[in-house]
Amino acid sequence: MKLQEFHARELLAAAGLPVPPGRVAATPGEAAEVARELISGGATGVVVKAQVLVGGRGKAGGVKLAATPEDAERVAGEILGMSIKGITVRKVLVAPASDIRHEYYLGAVLDRAAQRILVMGSAEGGVEIEQVAKEKPEAIVRVHAHPHLGLLDFQARQVALALGLTGPFLADAVAIAKGLVRVMVENDADLVEVNPLAIVHQRTTDGTEEDRLVCLDAKITLDDSALPRHPDLEARRDLDEEDPADIEAREQEINFIHLDGTIGCMVNGAGLAMTTMDLVKRAGGEPANFLDIGGGARADTVAAAMKLILADPRVEAILVNIFGGITRGDEVARGLVEARSRQSRDVPMVVRIVGTNATEAQTILREASFRTADSLEEAAAQAVAVTRATRDGAGAAPGARAVGTGAASMAEGAGR
Amino acid sequence: MSILVGRDTRLVVQGITGREGEFHARQMQAYGTQIVAGTRFGKGGQRALDGTVPVFDTVREAVAETGANTSIIYVPAPAAPDAILEAVDAGIGLVVCITERIPALDMLRVMPVVREAGARLIGPNCPGLTSPGRAKVGIIPGSIHLEGSTGVVSRSGTLTYEVVQALTDAGIGQSTCVGIGGDPIIGTTHLDVLKLFAEDPETNAVVLIGEIGGAAEEEAAAWAADHLQGVPKAAFIAGRTAPEGKRMGHAGAIISGGSGTAAAKVAALEAAGFRVAETPGQIAELLREQGVQPARPGQVPAGVQ
Repeated sequence: MKLQEFHARELLAAAGLPVPPGRVAATPGEAAEVARELISGGATGVVVKAQVLVGGRGKAGGVKLAATPEDAERVAGEILGMSIKGITVRKVLVAPASDIRHEYYLGAVLDRAAQRILVMGSAEGGVEIEQVAKEKPEAIVRVHAHPHLGLLDFQARQVALALGLTGPFLADAVAIAKGLVRVMVENDADLVEVNPLAIVHQRTTDGTEEDRLVCLDAKITLDDSALPRHPDLEARRDLDEEDPADIEAREQEINFIHLDGTIGCMVNGAGLAMTTMDLVKRAGGEPANFLDIGGGARADTVAAAMKLILADPRVEAILVNIFGGITRGDEVARGLVEARSRQSRDVPMVVRIVGTNATEAQTILREASFRTADSLEEAAAQAVAVTRATRDGAGAAPGARAVGTGAASMAEGAGR
Repeated sequence: MSILVGRDTRLVVQGITGREGEFHARQMQAYGTQIVAGTRFGKGGQRALDGTVPVFDTVREAVAETGANTSIIYVPAPAAPDAILEAVDAGIGLVVCITERIPALDMLRVMPVVREAGARLIGPNCPGLTSPGRAKVGIIPGSIHLEGSTGVVSRSGTLTYEVVQALTDAGIGQSTCVGIGGDPIIGTTHLDVLKLFAEDPETNAVVLIGEIGGAAEEEAAAWAADHLQGVPKAAFIAGRTAPEGKRMGHAGAIISGGSGTAAAKVAALEAAGFRVAETPGQIAELLREQGVQPARPGQVPAGVQ
């Protein structure tokens, strides 16, 4: 689960890391109020940042400077409600505008191959670390934290020195690097990234000027498997930004990812679900989703999965691929018959069930006049063929198709 | 022969009194696996599986009383890391963890202890492993196998079944099929299993099944290029159509920052001499083209008693 920037800042601040002040606002009026507080506290201006979980918000015009509270109100009005990669901005972060002297990168990430937490630092901040890794790999310092001991002082010093920091900033960077690992461990994150970590020049309320090393932007993703033991973090999930289908899928414990195609897929097992998508594509179709109903799925899970698939108006056919192991084929077949009788609209379905109780499943499916296939290749080819038949039968361009017409689905409907 | 599990496997089932544990313990027993003990703290002294298997409070007691050498874990995620460590502490050499949704950082802490003890962990979040005709330790349906000499290693569950069934249908038997699990932090990698297959005199061909995310397939490929020359090698990679940045069901199946793509894995495997199939059904053919002989038609696969 990805956290919004303002939530990530909260976690860093709670761990004692230097995070500039600032608050989240949901209306232009609130943004003006936060700006007023920050400016009267010494800030020379504010930055208003869209809070969305997709990248590229700066380029999309979702980050703007404002010199006065009135300015902040105006730019917040522009940003709130704008769409960034299809996501409507509902919140902005208002923080002091920074006079940045230098930008760095500092991040902690799960290193799968080494089975360690990897701390990475770079003096090339403000750009994507993947880009630095590609173009100037030598510009990145990498240190592995010990699974039981964490990031040790000498390792953190190594990172701070490699960033090229000097003077008091060295000790600050040591504390920040250790803090990132602590934030990662305490919150079961798989990524904690500060980009940029920056030296900013600031004036305090008493008029003195100073340079400080601060965490200007933060990104945290959490390990979904660990969320049950972090209810406070689960509560930070941004439901506004999620597809309603994703929320529904999570409640039903179905792994579901929405894609852009027209063939809905219902499969048991993640690897087989990916394979099914790949074979749909290979047969000339486009998968509408990844969907894994999980092990031991029963009739109600099948019905919920069907509902999720059909909620996408672009779906023209459904391909069901079940390899029974713990999951019983007959149970899935019964679920399909039941779900079809209740479904909101009629789309052709191709069902392939093998493994445990496949014979019983065949009987049930045949009695209910489902279109069946023996192999996965055959099932994919059939699913692609019926979407074409549906299109031709309806005689309509994609987008204006009459779902449930055409020879294919009429044949299937014969049993009802 | 086979790798990791076989006729000398003496299995203790951790969580044998739970719904999952009991169900799969029965299936393993029916397959012919020697289940010598079960554990459930608080139920020591009872018997499971219709009285055939003694239940102990601890793995340590189970090992002392029955000589168990392999354990399989069916306990819920919050208790699973502890169960792994308990098995390792009791001297179990091979621990298979079926449990899914164990936090990655828990596994990070567990792994050094497993290694220090010289034990091997398979999983977590895996279907276990089967040496056809000898022993099944996990949840892979017994009926899909045929005894033979092709080793199979995979990150998936049902995709493995799909591939194994297709091999069996084509008359290509298996020495051992190992499901290593779909999590980012796992005890045994593709590479580890390939090394074991390379040492097994009765494994004469290998099938590697991978998916998007991480670089374990590439690592295995690089080793195979040097050490499995002349051995028939086929592979299949799932997730050619998976979008970047989305976790495809398995915690480890994610393309991030352009790395972990199916294309990169396919290229690495092909460069190492693997024939990479576009569908699970093609794997048998690719093995045959490299000289793997299917069982003679009409030959009855060795039954399992």
